Amino acid sequence: MKEHLIKVDELVTHYGDRKILDGVNLAVEEGEIRVIMGGSGSGKSTLLWHIMGLYQATSGSINVLGKDLNKIKFHEKHELLRKIGVSFQNGALFSSMTVGENVAFPLTEHTELDENTIRIISRMKLEVVNLGGFQKLMPSQLSGGMIKRAALARAIVMDPKLLFFDEPSAGLDPVVASEIDELILNLRDAMGMTIVVVTHELDSAFKIADKITVLDQGKNLLTGTVEEVKNSDIKRVQDLLERRARHDTIEPEEYLKRLTQENYTIS
Amino acid sequence: MEEIKFKKIDDGCIVYATGEIDLSNSHELRKTILAALKTDSKVEVDLSEVSYIDSSGIASLVEGLQFAKSHSKSFVLSNPSKQVTAIMELARLDKVFTII
Repeated sequence: MKEHLIKVDELVTHYGDRKILDGVNLAVEEGEIRVIMGGSGSGKSTLLWHIMGLYQATSGSINVLGKDLNKIKFHEKHELLRKIGVSFQNGALFSSMTVGENVAFPLTEHTELDENTIRIISRMKLEVVNLGGFQKLMPSQLSGGMIKRAALARAIVMDPKLLFFDEPSAGLDPVVASEIDELILNLRDAMGMTIVVVTHELDSAFKIADKITVLDQGKNLLTGTVEEVKNSDIKRVQDLLERRARHDTIEPEEYLKRLTQENYTIS
Repeated sequence: MEEIKFKKIDDGCIVYATGEIDLSNSHELRKTILAALKTDSKVEVDLSEVSYIDSSGIASLVEGLQFAKSHSKSFVLSNPSKQVTAIMELARLDKVFTII
């Protein structure tokens, strides 16, 4: 059996009083592409941020690359983060830097490689994402698809063991979205990366995933292969796959509280 | 990377890289390749024993090619493993290097 590079057990998280994740479990094997799916507000991005160690959980444990995030020391976390690449939903490129400087940034910050080597590596990564020759442009001069690809180039510039990708296809036309899917598959195959992708794009999820975890209202609905998810008889999974609107049962007392109580929050 | 070995041939030399080439040792490969290119007109880097190479290792090879081209010397790669080939192809460098 392959090693688990990510292991999440009974994760509970809150934003203020509001519970976001409610006992989530997740185990991702080395070399796997795991897609985390769910509707808006299902907790999928929150789960990703917790696995990256950006937030403190209420309870539960998260183990990433053999390190328990609850017990990790500061310098160990710094080392751990060097092995992780992240491509954020909106790209999160530095607007004051050129594309080339953005991609080179992790290398200039975390390595002692000389300038020529850094230039070659960062341009090589731009070639990988089909942005060869675009290093002098500013982020404001890029299209949405190009920003996603530049962010991906920056995320992989340190050859991470683990790559997190938040909504790679959101807002992209189908051709560019498909190119990004191909890239994700190539990165796994050529560089052996383990990749976690958060998305609500079904076509993309079915194309790239080894396994899919479906979240709903902060809970695991299902983890399985593409076929297992497609054939699931869980109603909420089928609603997601067939894009059916959610019709929650209304509890009159709770509904009235939501409308009238000054300090009401969902628990 | 375990060790870099040389073999002198008639009109140049073969550099044998072995093991894993990554951020911790790619500068040694770079230094060796550039030193070989300074003294020989033809340098071959044998990659058959390389089990893993990261981007900094690939960049060392690119710097070797860059130096060779600007000094009219020959620089070729030989016997890359499946992993090395896959990374070369990903960056489309298989079209840039002469690979034998």
